[in-house]
Amino acid sequence: MSKIVEGLLYSESHEWVKVDGDVAIIGVSDFAQEEMGDITYVDMPEEGDEVAAGEEFGALESVKASSELYSPVSGKVVAVNSAVEDSPELINEDPYTNWIIKVKMSDSSELNSLLTAAAYGQKL
Amino acid sequence: MRYYDKLIFELSKPGRKGWSLKDSFCGGAAAPAAPVPSGLCRQTPLGLPEVSEVDVVRHYTNLSQMNFGVDTGFYPLGSCTMKYNPKINEEISTLFDDIHPLQPESTVGGVKEVYEKMDSCLAAITGMKHFTFLPCAGAHGELTGLMLMKEYHISRGDTARTKVIVPDSAHGTNPASAAVCGFEIIVVKSGANGLVDVESLKPLLGPDIAGIMMTNPNTLGLFEREIREIAALVHGCGGLLYYDGANMNPLLGMVRPGDMGFDIMHLNLHKTFSTPHGGGGPGSGPVGVAEALVPLLGKPHVSGFHGNAAVILKAYAYILTLGREHISMAGKLATLNANYIKESLKDVYKLPIPTVCKHEFVFDGLLNDGAREGVAGATTLDVAKRLLDFGFHAPTIYFPLLFHQALMIEPTETESKEILDEFIEVMRKIAAEAAEDPDILHQAPHDTPIGRPDETAAARNPILQYR
Repeated sequence: MSKIVEGLLYSESHEWVKVDGDVAIIGVSDFAQEEMGDITYVDMPEEGDEVAAGEEFGALESVKASSELYSPVSGKVVAVNSAVEDSPELINEDPYTNWIIKVKMSDSSELNSLLTAAAYGQKL
Repeated sequence: MRYYDKLIFELSKPGRKGWSLKDSFCGGAAAPAAPVPSGLCRQTPLGLPEVSEVDVVRHYTNLSQMNFGVDTGFYPLGSCTMKYNPKINEEISTLFDDIHPLQPESTVGGVKEVYEKMDSCLAAITGMKHFTFLPCAGAHGELTGLMLMKEYHISRGDTARTKVIVPDSAHGTNPASAAVCGFEIIVVKSGANGLVDVESLKPLLGPDIAGIMMTNPNTLGLFEREIREIAALVHGCGGLLYYDGANMNPLLGMVRPGDMGFDIMHLNLHKTFSTPHGGGGPGSGPVGVAEALVPLLGKPHVSGFHGNAAVILKAYAYILTLGREHISMAGKLATLNANYIKESLKDVYKLPIPTVCKHEFVFDGLLNDGAREGVAGATTLDVAKRLLDFGFHAPTIYFPLLFHQALMIEPTETESKEILDEFIEVMRKIAAEAAEDPDILHQAPHDTPIGRPDETAAARNPILQYR
């Protein structure tokens, strides 16, 4: 059974969002890392890049497959987690602590279309 | 099998030789015919290994023993068409040994003739109008074909076509080639029968669609029966159809992509037309087009690195050997062999789509993987590893991505019933072992020089230098 953390918001494409003021911290769910298997590479945007809700911002590669990452919100990338870039296995070890990017949101109403932990759990 | 991974340089001993030639024969101190500027002359001796003849022979023989090829045994690698490579083709290809790509075209009339004859043969087999022989592999052909597709639309002033549709069962190279060509990829779903779902396709079509890429039969080995309707729909929105020729083998001499409505295609001469591939030889991925695209192919040339000439000659020899009368037997027997294995194993391996297949089919793992309290079940990877213990090459595994435990078997037409029966017996034995004690499979392979390389560590921390 995949772990789902209460208090986070989730996208249908298995990213999670933690809201910190006007900044969205984005990672992938436990279900996503389980499905991917051992992650070997994280393709990241750069700080300052613009991302749009529902659009690709990077990709995860595992021994099994490559899978795009979709941004749950629109805005500007204000931080990328270089730790997971250097050690992709961190996402397998703890997908909820090891975030991927932080986005300064341009439209926080986009959060309303994301799933709560309970709703995401039902989808799985 | 003895593990052997030395470099020939490690065998080198100063002064050891396998030859004895007069200095004057191989240059030596003799002045070259045209003086070489001193700045371009080598200052230190050439760093060649110094070994005896027997060292060389043993070295390469030992290395060759570390290999498994279609000359060693059964090689049912799905979507790869590892058919036997007739040795007469190799013999004939030596005719091209002494020519150079930079020779003037007027001196290589024979190559030109072979290219022209292959063009007519492939046009007759596929229903395309003309081929270019430039691309040197399947994905190279895909990229070439998509560039033609792009250019076709642009040349008509139709610049809004930025998207290419690929089925979810497509070979990974299809979306990859389209992306490299600058297209946006749209995925169309397969229905429960494993075929492209026409109703899911319809809403995707529009003035932004450059075309669709399909392989038929698809990667599940199933014939896309609605291809004519799909072609009419895609053409109706102004798009083109690209045929990925990787699965052409069962259709050889039976059905032509041109008649199905495809406009551009590549063939893998190294699959369908029996030339060696994998580590065995360079590929060739000629691209054929329908009449409307012929002007985009440009003027045919043979000199100046235009394709792998010797491979094209081998494939030509293959076509002539079978002839118009017999070429369709390849596909018929490949189809029969695949269905024979499928039917003989479907009571022990999970068959997700139980219809007649073409040249290959996909199981979704074992019916009984032996999982029980405290013991993990045997996976497709375990089955593949266990096959190595019995001297078979493993099938393609974990592709297509539609099934979690995909095991894709393609026997090809060149295997006898005895070989197929032996394979079936081993696959049944492995299934019985899994049900009894999955650990036998978990620990496999037992007898190969390398067992289970750590693929994760290799991807995360690759060691790219020898020793």
